[in-house]
Parts: sequence; C-alpha cells; structure tokens
Amino acid sequence: MATTKGFIGNTRKVTAHLTQNEPLSFEKSSPGKRAYKLAPLDVPEVDAVSLLGGAVRKDDPTLPELSEIEIIRHFTRLSTWNYAIDLGMYPLGSCTMKYNPRVNEFVSRLEGIAEAHPYQPESLSQGSLEIVKLLQDCLIEITGMDAITLQPAAGAHGEFTGILLARAYHESKGNPRKTVIIPDSAHGTNPATAATCGYQVVNLKSNAKGGVDVAALAQMVNEGTAAMMLTNPSTIGVFENEIHRIADVLHDKGALLYMDGANMNALVGKTRPGDFGVDVMHLNLHKTFSTPHGGGGPGSGPVACKTTLEPFLPTPVLARDGDGLLHWNYNRPQSVGRVRMLYGNFGMFVRALAYTLANGPDGLRQTTEDAVLNANYFRKKLEDLYELPYDTPSMHEVVFSDKRQAKNGVKTGDIAKRLIDYGFHPYTTSFPLIVPGALMIEPTESESREELDLFVDAMRQIAREAEENPQLVATAPHSTRISRLDETTAARKPVLRWQGPPENGVELDTAAKEW
Amino acid sequence: MAYPEKYKYTREHEWIEVAGKVGIVGITDYAQNSLGDIVFVDAPKVGTKVEKDAVFGSMESVKAVSDLYSPVTGAVTEVNEDLKSSPEKINSDAHGAWIIKVELSDPSEVASLLSAADYEKFIAEETAK
Repeated sequence: MATTKGFIGNTRKVTAHLTQNEPLSFEKSSPGKRAYKLAPLDVPEVDAVSLLGGAVRKDDPTLPELSEIEIIRHFTRLSTWNYAIDLGMYPLGSCTMKYNPRVNEFVSRLEGIAEAHPYQPESLSQGSLEIVKLLQDCLIEITGMDAITLQPAAGAHGEFTGILLARAYHESKGNPRKTVIIPDSAHGTNPATAATCGYQVVNLKSNAKGGVDVAALAQMVNEGTAAMMLTNPSTIGVFENEIHRIADVLHDKGALLYMDGANMNALVGKTRPGDFGVDVMHLNLHKTFSTPHGGGGPGSGPVACKTTLEPFLPTPVLARDGDGLLHWNYNRPQSVGRVRMLYGNFGMFVRALAYTLANGPDGLRQTTEDAVLNANYFRKKLEDLYELPYDTPSMHEVVFSDKRQAKNGVKTGDIAKRLIDYGFHPYTTSFPLIVPGALMIEPTESESREELDLFVDAMRQIAREAEENPQLVATAPHSTRISRLDETTAARKPVLRWQGPPENGVELDTAAKEW
Repeated sequence: MAYPEKYKYTREHEWIEVAGKVGIVGITDYAQNSLGDIVFVDAPKVGTKVEKDAVFGSMESVKAVSDLYSPVTGAVTEVNEDLKSSPEKINSDAHGAWIIKVELSDPSEVASLLSAADYEKFIAEETAK
C-alpha cells in the first residue's frame, strides 16, 4: 500500500518505492575523469595540423567526464523514472502502443540481418531483399492494395508520400487540383500534410454519429478536389459504414480517397481498404505491426496504392529479374523521387515481418478481434461512470468525455494524471477535437483480462474520487517524483539546453553552444 | 463574463469592434478559457489581405494550436506587437487584448455577425452539447 500523503485509492498495481535522484551528466562531470584507458601509442605519431591544416580543432569539446560505473548508474537511474510498455499497459488512444514481441528482436539481431550493409552488391543482398519483398507482399495482401513503398520513416512521412503520389497522379492528367478535404476528427498531421503538399485544406464537419456526413461531402467535392484524407476507423474508434459511398462520391469527380492507416489495428484480417475504395494509404509498422513505438523507435510508414498510382511510387522499387533475383529499379520516369535515404528503416521491416509470419492470417485476425474486444470491455465497464459522447459501436478504441467529472472541476487531464498514481500511463487526453474533454483509450490486444481489470478499478476509483474529493484528482499525481509541471512557462520560456556556469571553466563558444 | 455589447462576434469565437472603416479583432473570453494558457500568437503582417470567415493566423496554447478566423474582409493595418512577448494578456483580458486592426473593404459584412446576446446564446448551446 502506498503511503504517499493524500492517496486514498486502491493501489493494487503499484507501491511507492525509492528512486534515486540524478543530476545531469554535465553536472556530475569532473575534469580528467575517463571511462577508458588507451594502450601506449606503438606507432609513429602523426601531426594533425600537417594533415588537416586550419581545420584542426584547438579546443576540446565540452563533454561530461565520468567513470564507467558513473555512466552506467546515470542511465540506469534515469531508466527507473520511466514508464514503458514492458512495465504495464500504455492505453494511448490513436497510438496503438502494443507489445513488441521478443521474437522480433531476436530475428532482427541475427548476424546476417543485423550486419548486412545497404551498399552490399544486390547479388549478396538477396536475403535482405527477400525480406523486403515478402513484407511488401504481406502488406499488399492485408490492405488489398496493388503496390507499395516501404521508404517512409513514419506515419506523417507516409501521409506526405501518399499525397505526393496523389498530386503526381493529378499532374499527369494535366491539373494538380487545389483542395484536400479533411474531416474535423482527423489527426492534425493530415491537414499539415495537405498544406505541405501545396493543397488548400477544406474542413468537413462530422455528423451526429461522429462519422462522415456523406451528403455534405457530396456538396463539397468538385473538380478542384484532389483527395479526401480519411481515418478509418475514425479517431473516435468508429468504422465509417458508408465508406463505399464516400469513395464513390470522390471518384465520381475524379478525386482520390486517402486513408490514414493509424487505426489499421481494427481492420487487419477483417476487411481491406483496397476493397472498400481506398486509392492510397499508409500503414504504421510501429503501431499495427508491433515494431517499437516512440522513444526513437524508429518508425516506419509504408504507403500502399492502387495500380493507377503505381508509376509515381518513390524510387527505387523492388523488382524480380528474369533470373529470379531481386533488384532495385531506379528507372522510373514518373516517380515522385526518393523520400528517404537508402530503402527505409530496414530493421523495422524485419520486425514487422517476424510479427506477421509468427501470427499468420488467423493469428492476425485474432489480434484484431482481441483489440476490439478489449476496447469494448472498457466501454462496458466504464460507461455508467463516464460520458459516452457517441454511442456508435466502438472498434479498437473508446472515447469518453469528462462531462460528468467536469461539473466538479475535474478535467480529462486531471483524470489522466491521477491514473499515474494508480500505476498506469495516461490515456490520450483532449483528442479527438470533436469531443470536448476527450478521454481516448486504446488498450490494444496485448493486455490480459487481469491488466484490464486493474485499469477499470483505477478508472472507477477515480470517478468516485472526482465526486467525493475532486481536489485530490485535480492536483494529482501525488506519488511521482515531480507532480504538476509548469507547462505554460515551459512553453513560453523554454530552456532547451544546459548552460554550464562560466566560473567552472566551461566556455560556451564551443560545440555545446549549438546544442 | 459579460460580452461587450459594442462588439460583434463570430461563431469561431472572435470579436470585432468597428469604428468607421477600421475593425479591431480579438478572441472571446470563452475562446481563451477553452484554449487554456496561450503561449504564442501567430498574427499576419501589416498589409496582409484577410477574408471574412477565412484563417488569418493561429494561436498556440498549452493544449492545442487553433486557427483564427477573420470576421471581415480587408487589409491588416496594425498588429498588436505586445502579444509577441506577452501572449498571456489574452488570458487575463481577452476582450481588451486585440490581435489585429483591419481596414474593412465592405463594412456591410458586419451586419451578418452575432450580437453579444446572440453570441452568449450560441455558446450556451455549444456548452450544452
């Protein structure tokens, strides 16, 4: 049981324990300390000036000087302050923070894969290329599309690539068109993508069920419409039942349907965007396909498209020669060009393929069903206490609002922070924007019934606290190293880098200045 | 919070005070309250043409970035430079901390804007949703 002052909830999942304070490595530095010792020089010393001339650096870089054990403890201590998917559920809606299976890591570390070099001759890279090809084939099968590029480094990069394809397609017909239609429930990256690609964004208001108002869309679409960017299921976790009609309305005017695949976790193995009229879409391997997400992943955002858009895919594209070998084809005159150096984040392809093959078709379908089941379990267990702004059936995530708690001054951000006291990472707060005070919760399929029940207990307890002791929730968290941060001052007067005290001999006219 | 009767309002939560051909534009107290602490105001430059109901700038709070919609068509004649260093003035006095001044190209547009009473009715409906 936690002994933290003010904590009255059931803390079955967590107990407060000591964590060690840790200053910045720069603050721990002492001049001359080293974590290494070199053997005496046994070759003739070379004078750097004779080789580099004026480019030789005269001052030493300002780097922290620590011993090996100090460095190890530094990072280990910092790591104990973190919350991670390996510690518990990470119910961030729209983020799909699922478990990263260890078999993915094992496979990606196999010597032949981990040590392959992107500049190896193609003839010596056939194994790696087969991995790329097989993953492409699997993703094409799963999405029902015709062609794919694995180059984009993450979701927003995928969106950018997808809309570049749409633009190139329209340009090839003589007119790039002017506008991209985006529902008001969209991820913020969608309008940013459209604007970056030179389109004017047209905002489409959602209907009373939180979905696309097809009649309003039909009025909006015209010969100037390049595409619509649609997330399906939408950001409130609802499947667009009229997706066929949406596609028809767009196609009638020659516009394209782009699907933001962030929520593909709800579709894999059940239905295919290629079959419901999508022309181009991205996937997030770091969401749906279990590769690491956040904290420098890195991500991977493949873009799949229909045959009509295939000529515009980024170069190079993978092709199989007459001799059965795979090679990269750079001769693509209509291509939008390269969007990423080399071939994309190959390490993620290996992990995503391992996940796909380990599950197989039935396994992938099961993960989708479990993801939807888990979200609906939360919905049923919490809908008596938290306001459900849209009662349309939920898919992989459920969106509540803080309407009932807000009456007592408790907002979604407060409930989220109180969850930290119960040992959970907060859900997504205040998104989607069409729901005021949104609580967006996505458990994913990774969680057991036991973990889900702990979360339900915590949420029910917090709802009670919001009634009986709202101040407790409004000032949470109470059991963390740091409670509420001053977000406003951090945003208005950000301190972005460490500045050493000059009297310690740290001169900032060195590399540290550029940090 | 009382909404000044001398102002006109938009459904996107901007206010405008019109004197002759010049309109002074800001956001309402309801808007600043929904946004939370404002940390940055992205206003257009003097001379920029703004269009009624179109985006003329944006405002960043600790919660979100929101577009600013112009209540009228015209050209920007002055920008409140004070907001660059002190965006919090909108939080403390939304109806005093103006963002831009616009020379109206069609003063008759003002007639289509909401009165203070209509705007209050509008936000009452919004909050009841």
